This record gives sequence, C-alpha cells and structure tokens, in this order.
Amino acid sequence: MEVRKNHTANIRYGIAFLILIALLGILFVWNVNSGSVDLTIKEIYKILIHKKGEETSFHIVWDIRMPRILAAIILGGALSVSGFLLQTFFGNPIAGPFVLGISSGAKLMVSIVIVVLLEKRILVNSFLMITAAFAGAMISMGFVLAVSKKVEKMSMLVICGVMIGYICSAITEFIVTFADDSNIVNLHNWSMGSFSGMNWDKILVMAVVIFFVMVTTFCMSKPISAYQMGEAYAKNVGVNVSLLRIMLILLSSILAACVTAFAGPISFVGIAVPHLVKSLFKTAKPILVIPGCFLGGAVFCLFCDLIARTLFAPTELSISSVTAVFGAPIVIYVMIRRQTKV
Amino acid sequence: MKEYFLYTDHMTVGYQGRPLISDIELKVKKGEILTLIGPNGAGKSTILKSLTRQMNLLGGTVYIEQRPMNKMTDKEVARKQSMVMTERIRPELMTCEDVVSMGRYPYTGSLGILSKEDKDKVKEALELVHATDLAGQDFLKISDGQRQRILLARAICQEPELIVLDEPTSFLDIRHKLELLAILKKMVREKQIAVLMSLHELELAQKISDFVVCVQGNTIANYGTPEEIFQSSYIKELYGITKGTYNTEFGTVEMAAVEGTPEIFVIGGNGSGITIYRKLQREGVPFATGVLHANDVDYFLAKELSNCVIVEKAFEAIRTENYEKALKQMNQCKKVYCNLQEFGFLNHKNQKLLEIAKREGKLL
Repeated sequence: MEVRKNHTANIRYGIAFLILIALLGILFVWNVNSGSVDLTIKEIYKILIHKKGEETSFHIVWDIRMPRILAAIILGGALSVSGFLLQTFFGNPIAGPFVLGISSGAKLMVSIVIVVLLEKRILVNSFLMITAAFAGAMISMGFVLAVSKKVEKMSMLVICGVMIGYICSAITEFIVTFADDSNIVNLHNWSMGSFSGMNWDKILVMAVVIFFVMVTTFCMSKPISAYQMGEAYAKNVGVNVSLLRIMLILLSSILAACVTAFAGPISFVGIAVPHLVKSLFKTAKPILVIPGCFLGGAVFCLFCDLIARTLFAPTELSISSVTAVFGAPIVIYVMIRRQTKV
Repeated sequence: MKEYFLYTDHMTVGYQGRPLISDIELKVKKGEILTLIGPNGAGKSTILKSLTRQMNLLGGTVYIEQRPMNKMTDKEVARKQSMVMTERIRPELMTCEDVVSMGRYPYTGSLGILSKEDKDKVKEALELVHATDLAGQDFLKISDGQRQRILLARAICQEPELIVLDEPTSFLDIRHKLELLAILKKMVREKQIAVLMSLHELELAQKISDFVVCVQGNTIANYGTPEEIFQSSYIKELYGITKGTYNTEFGTVEMAAVEGTPEIFVIGGNGSGITIYRKLQREGVPFATGVLHANDVDYFLAKELSNCVIVEKAFEAIRTENYEKALKQMNQCKKVYCNLQEFGFLNHKNQKLLEIAKREGKLL
C-alpha cells in the first residue's frame, strides 16, 4: 500500500508537469499565431523550423513575436519563483514581489536611471537596468525587513509593502512627468508593465541571468524544504539558516529586479502562480514546486499577454491589468482560506 | 564526566547579551531522562534553546561526548541531537510522512531525495509513535496529540543520541500526555537515547524522570532524583506556592485546606473519606477528621485538605487519648459524615464514634 501511494504521487507529479508543458506548447503556438498580421500554421512552421518565408512575416515572427513570447516565458517564470521564495522566507502564502513593494522599488530606481542617463544622451544597457532594478529591489526589501522585525502580523507587513509600492509609484510618476517628451511614451508603457519592446539582445541577457539564478535556486531545494518547517527545525537538522535567509532574499530580489528591469512591475503573478502550482501538485516540496512555478509562471504570463495584446487589438492592455484580473481573486481566496483555518 | 553523553560547564544563557541564568551544570547519560522543572519564565526554554544552538551561549561550554559543542558543525550536531519544540509550526501541504522524513535531512544527498534506507527509518519512526495510519494525512489537519507524536517521530528519525523536548505535553489532554510520555519512556529504554526536557506537569515529571533539575531565579536551584526533589516543602518553595500544597505520596497538587473552625466531622479510614474530603473542599467547608492511621490512604489526603486531623500511629489500635480528642472535636461539629463500612480491631473506636453520632442525630 505504501509503495502504491508513492507511486500514485509520482504519477500525479508527472501528469502535472505534462499539463504545464502542454499548456506552454499550446500557448506558444497560439501566441506566435496571433497579432495584427494573420499567418497560417503552415507559414509559421516554415518560418520557425526552416527559417524560410516571406520577408515581412519572417521579420514579424522572429523579431517581434518570438522575443516577446520568450520574454513572457522567462520573466513570468522568474516572477513566480521569486514569489515562491518570498513566501518561503516570510512563511506566508500572500507574500510576493509586487505586494511587498519590491517590484515598485525596482521600478523607481530604473526610471531614475533611465531619465538621468537619457538627459545626458547615454544609452542604457540591459545590465545597467538590472543593476538599478536590483538596487531598488534591495532598498524596498530593506524597508520590508525592518518592518517585519517590528510587526508580528503578516497582514500588517503586506499593508506596509503596498504603501511602499504606492510611494515608489508616486515618485516614479513624478520623475516620468519631468522626463524628456520623446521618451515618456516608452517609459510610461514600461512603468505600467508590458512585454512589448523586446529584442534578442535583451532576451539573451535575461536568459543568462535568470538561468543562473534558477539553477542556484533549484540546488537549494533541500535547505528550502527544511526551512518550510520553520527556522528552528531547519537549524536543528543542520541548515545554515542565516546564510539561507540571505540567499532567499538575494535570489528573490534578483529575479524580481530582472523582471522589472525588462517588463516593468507585473502584479499578482508571484502569489497566484505558486498557489495554483502547489494545488496542482498537491505538495509544496521545493524540488517539484520550483520548476513547477517556473513553468506555471511562463504559462500564466503567456496567457495574460495573449489577452493583453489581442483583446482590444490594436490597442494593447498593460500586462498588469490582465494579471490582476486573474491573479487578484486567487490572492483573495488564499487570504480568506488562511483566515478561516487559523 | 566520561559516562555522560552531554554535560555543561558553567553554562550561562540569556537574551541579547543579558545573562538570565548562569553557572548551569547539567549532565545526562544515555538511556536517562533529565527533566527541567520550575516556575514559568524561569528560563527553562532558554536553557533548552541554548543547548540546541537556537540561541548563543553567553558563557561556559556544552560538551557532547567530551567534545565542546561550539567546535562542531551544524551537521555534526544535527546527527547527535534533535528536538521537539513547544512553538506550533504550520508547514504548508505537508503530509505527516513528509514532516517525519525531514528528520532524515542530515543523511540525504544534496537534493534531499530519500533512499530506501531513509524511507525505512521514516516508517520505523512512525511505527514507534503508533502513527503509521497518519502517514498520508495533512499535518495541519491532525489533532494536537497526533501532531506532537509526529514531531517526536521526526526527532527520532534523525537518529539522535539525545532528544531535547520543550514542554512536549503542553497542548495535550491527559490521555495524550500519558501516551506521549509512555512512548518517550519506551524509546529511551529501547534505543538508549538520552532525553532532556522541560515539563509543566510536576506529577508527570516525578513519575517519568530519572533526574530532575530545578530552575529558579538566576540559578539552578537544585538537582537530584525525583525522590530527592519532590518533597512537599521544597516544591512549595520552588514554585512559591501559598494557596495549596504538593502531595509527595500521590504526586499531586492539592488546593489549600479551608480555613476556619471545623463544621463537619468525618469518620474516615481505608479510603472511604477521600471523596468526602474532596467534596467538602470544593464546597469550601472546613472539616475535621479522625481517627486516621498514619499509613491510611485517607491520611495522606486529609493532611493536605484539613487543618484538624486526629492521627494514630500505624498498625496500632486507636488509643483512648486519641479517641477522646476525636470525640471532643466531633462534639464541636454540627454534622458527621461517615462512609466507612468495615470496623475491626485497630479502628474499633471509630465504630463507637459512629454510634454516638447516630444517637445524637448528627450523622448525615
């Protein structure tokens, strides 16, 4: 019976991964296929696999749609893993980079850097953006950590995070208002959250950074799993808890910063996706949930971006407004369930 | 000190650099249970947290198998000692089996995947705490008693030589308290593990511990076997009890005797008085009782609950002087209770008291 139980659990995990991969595949094709220019599946197949086709279509698929799709996959995955790490750190399912104000902190720093450098006619490269975003993320994180030492209740911490988010957004608005006219449009789009305006250089940078962070995170599944039982028990089985805590903060901040640097702040993905993934897998084991969250985040963001881009085409919605519509109800559900359980 | 698995040398513990208790000398052998008792806030948890490295020592040294613990890595310590804490944990979506298998952490590889051997150890630990049927259940959905057993299984699974438990029985009802301690005792005996724990329940501490340490004020006030420590007067002093007593023979805590002139006389003996004493105590009625033999079970309770007990030496027939004392006392009382049915050579005079009470219409 014992063996059978383990067996069914393993089958469940296998099916869960298959579902996520299948969804990712379907959404990938759907995304490539949607947009202002209609392409047949045959044409797309030719362009993607044989790298041949009519020049405009080729350009649309390879230089506009593909980078955008890959950005949604990579950044969506990164965002939900960041959420999972923060939830582990604070031991609470409603923690996430957006509600704790970390995304907004990153956004503020990035906009300051962009505006200052643009004034001086210096081109901003991707690494500089990530660095700025990381610095902003760490500043917000510092505030959140300072507050978390003072307040016991997680709800208070989230409220503080939301407030920090508002302050940062307000200052960002202020800066954007004083920015050079020609750049406002771009900056404005970005500060609302969007996967548009990607190119292959950016994809390369984000892929490399996030790949390394993800590998590190995955290798830490064992100490993270021990930490899920609380600091004391983690320490008791021999985890270096202070190092782990620093790592959790650093990794989640880099992931959130990377997302913000390229796509602006994106709401609720960090909370909703880990919750959905854990429900799908029926476990919170990091060794499964970390890759699961990455896939889930990719699927969720591809889906939301598809809607953002096609629902009122040619007008584009900001990605955050779409993720909020799907993500916020899940967050509310998680909060209520937690309330009734305690 | 070689025979001790763990001992401390002038250990000082406290919070944020402020010493709370200093010069702590604890020692525990394998196969023994050492229990910390003492009033709330005395620092029992602080000592246990310092021993498990949850908190830093402020002074002194802890030795595990003659090796200073501060020279050992976290992983080494993890293989030597495990713990069950008093704080509740809320792990998400973890089955009881998952929680228990967390104890295998110091033995698994870098990704924490359980081997066949690890799984067997988990199963064995679950069996030991009689929780095999809980394995697949959500840890958050089981009762407090079950949870505590699962956490003990987790600690056992870590294959320690010392288990530290901080008030393991706190949230449990009486049945589960007994179950848990029985498992603990069995484990100590069978696996020759050393146990260091704190307990709130004195009566249980007296019954399960091999040695007892009393934590009081800023020192270890006393150390010894339960027989040495659980003396009524000492326990009263340790906890600063003023409104009751600690009964050494029964290992129970009793409320203080009701003050005042006795209103009721109880003719007791052979355990017949106990229920009456308790009833009168609850109702707040001061009573006198006699004549009780010093080896009568009624006497052990009566001496805690009444300020007026007429006692006769063990194995002696009741002497006239004691009989007269009792009669005098009975005459001053308005009513008499007697549940005693059997009278024999030794307590023949109690029968006389009963007859007088009947004649005077005082008997209830």
